[in-house]
Amino acid sequence: MSEFLIGYGLPAATIVAQVLLIVVPLLVAVAFLTYAERKVIAAIQLRKGPNVVGPFGLLQPFADGLKLLIKETVIPSGANRVVFLAAPILTFLLSLVAWAVIPFDYGLVLADINVGILYLFAISSLGVYGIIMAGWSSNSKYAFLGALRSAAQMVSYEVSIGFVIITVLLCVGSLNLTDIVMAQKNVWFFIPLFPMFVIFFVSALAETNRSPFDLPEGESELVAGYFVEYSSMSFALFFLGEYSAMILMSAMTSILFLGGWLPPFDIAPFNWIPGPIWFAFKIALCLFVFLWVRATLPRYRYDQLMRLGWKVFLPFSLLWVVVTAGVLMATGWIPRA
Amino acid sequence: MAVLDRAARSLLLSEIVSGLALTLRYFFKPKVTLNYPFEKGPISSRFRGEHALRRYPNGEERCIACKLCEAVCPALAITIEAEPRADGSRRTTRYDIDMTKCIYCGLCQEACPVDAIVEGPNFEFATETREELMYNKEKLLANGDRWEAEIAANLAAEAPYR
Amino acid sequence: MIQAIIFYLFAGVMVASAAMVISARNPVHSVLFLILAFFNAAGLFVLMGAEFLAMILVVVYVGAVAVLFLFVVMMLDINFAELRQGFLRYLPIGAMVGLVLLAELVLIAGAWAFSPDVSSTVTVPIPDPGTVTNTHALGRILYTDYIYAFQAAGLVLLVAMVGAIVLALRERAGVRRQNIAAQIARSRAESVQVVKVQPRQGV
Repeated sequence: MSEFLIGYGLPAATIVAQVLLIVVPLLVAVAFLTYAERKVIAAIQLRKGPNVVGPFGLLQPFADGLKLLIKETVIPSGANRVVFLAAPILTFLLSLVAWAVIPFDYGLVLADINVGILYLFAISSLGVYGIIMAGWSSNSKYAFLGALRSAAQMVSYEVSIGFVIITVLLCVGSLNLTDIVMAQKNVWFFIPLFPMFVIFFVSALAETNRSPFDLPEGESELVAGYFVEYSSMSFALFFLGEYSAMILMSAMTSILFLGGWLPPFDIAPFNWIPGPIWFAFKIALCLFVFLWVRATLPRYRYDQLMRLGWKVFLPFSLLWVVVTAGVLMATGWIPRA
Repeated sequence: MAVLDRAARSLLLSEIVSGLALTLRYFFKPKVTLNYPFEKGPISSRFRGEHALRRYPNGEERCIACKLCEAVCPALAITIEAEPRADGSRRTTRYDIDMTKCIYCGLCQEACPVDAIVEGPNFEFATETREELMYNKEKLLANGDRWEAEIAANLAAEAPYR
Repeated sequence: MIQAIIFYLFAGVMVASAAMVISARNPVHSVLFLILAFFNAAGLFVLMGAEFLAMILVVVYVGAVAVLFLFVVMMLDINFAELRQGFLRYLPIGAMVGLVLLAELVLIAGAWAFSPDVSSTVTVPIPDPGTVTNTHALGRILYTDYIYAFQAAGLVLLVAMVGAIVLALRERAGVRRQNIAAQIARSRAESVQVVKVQPRQGV
């Protein structure tokens, strides 16, 4: 028995501790992301944003969370109960499990698997299920329309995200996230692959249903889209899931294009700062752009969204895959594993 | 050439970038927010807020129960009943305003010959129940006592124009 | 031991959810159970050390194909009580077909074996799983050893896609479509004209 405990219990306990070490800061980051969103958009609209609860309004997200927590969970009588309740849980879980493979520093990763980037891609493509299940089980027209929009949108933009990832993989020669970051030691990929960087970021906006692609929840036509019928904690789980998906997409952007935990220059004042701080800083920068874009651009019309995804991004990214492969072959820079 | 120019512009997302630059400039501009419950915006001396019944400086209520305000009120929010008082003067026994009906048009204060009913500067009289918005005479007189200084100042400021 | 437990967990859930796919009353539930089955299959692949296949299974089948399934099933408004009415009548035929298929599978599985001279006839050496990751191994087989077969398969799929589009495409005359390029290319010079209008003259 004691052998079993040492053999399996101890590793299990350390894994649980590591998971908590990732999840707890992540949830705190989500809380402050909602605060940052309100502050940034307020600042762009010449307002001050929340500033009453706590110093500078810093406790606002916790007040909001508490409010949601003590509200009543309403389940519509026409809803499919099991699916209705499973949908927010699924959304929330999926946005958390993806963090298992994100490297925060060299070797500082929960699961350093060989196909890390594919795992991330798979998890982010699963995100659509929470939304589609929520929309269908709510038994409401608005929710259903939102879910349909979101499903079509996420499937479309996944294709161009896939091609962007392939371009990066061509330059790295490995699907391991640590290898992808280490391949950017000399030059971050957003410089040679700048168009792909832009396409990836825009597709990430579409993938997380953020403005200007927030049609699934488009409040002016669909009330709130797929989560119209949700309230209280089930709504909060959607909210948490969506925002941690945003953070995840920013983390992916910084790993694929902004050199992950690497400092911009490997010289004195820059490499004093530890890697995780650089990584967090890059994620924060990407998140700021998420919010900045939301405060700037109006929502796309649905046919324009589809046109952009299929007729602009897909051919363009396909072309870049070919061009990148050609350049790598011609110059002999292609990495051999 | 124009085609090339247009292609370059759309490929470089020039319009989106200039839009983002604009919002970024606004991000750093000074903010115009008023911290409302702590700071308040200026109010015109003609502001029509919560109603009040005023008194003369000697404490006698101004209202003489002429019912002009009741007659002029377009929303039928005012209800007045009157009887001679013990000293023979005509006074209201009941002066009710249904604040949920009132449209804050100010016709009652225009109609009043003795400046008794006025709309004061107070606009923060939200209540938790509907019943509290059915104002009676005591409430209106209490309002008058509470806001007399401001109301008198506003009336004095507006006097030249009426 | 843990490996065995996890294997039976994945396999058990997979078989159970596969059974639910065909027995669930609600078609949307069927698709959701199908997704669960895919997921457990991916888990089994991971357990076998084929993590690339597992991820591709999730990306392609769960992430794209099943979404479209779900899409269609949700949009269809079928009366399933009506569909089920003939269930008992068709049961014997269905069961027979199933039995025949099962018998064939059993026969194949029972008789199937590597022929003794397989190592001499195989055109490509089977890579040692210890030295090369399965991503590389798969890539080498698909894109290096069997590139022509792979491209041919791709062409077949392309033909199918083009065919589907040709069948479904309908050109309609007189449809006014938005031309975004033309809208953006409009400039002030060609759309606004400033006219000095004399009094009592009209434009």
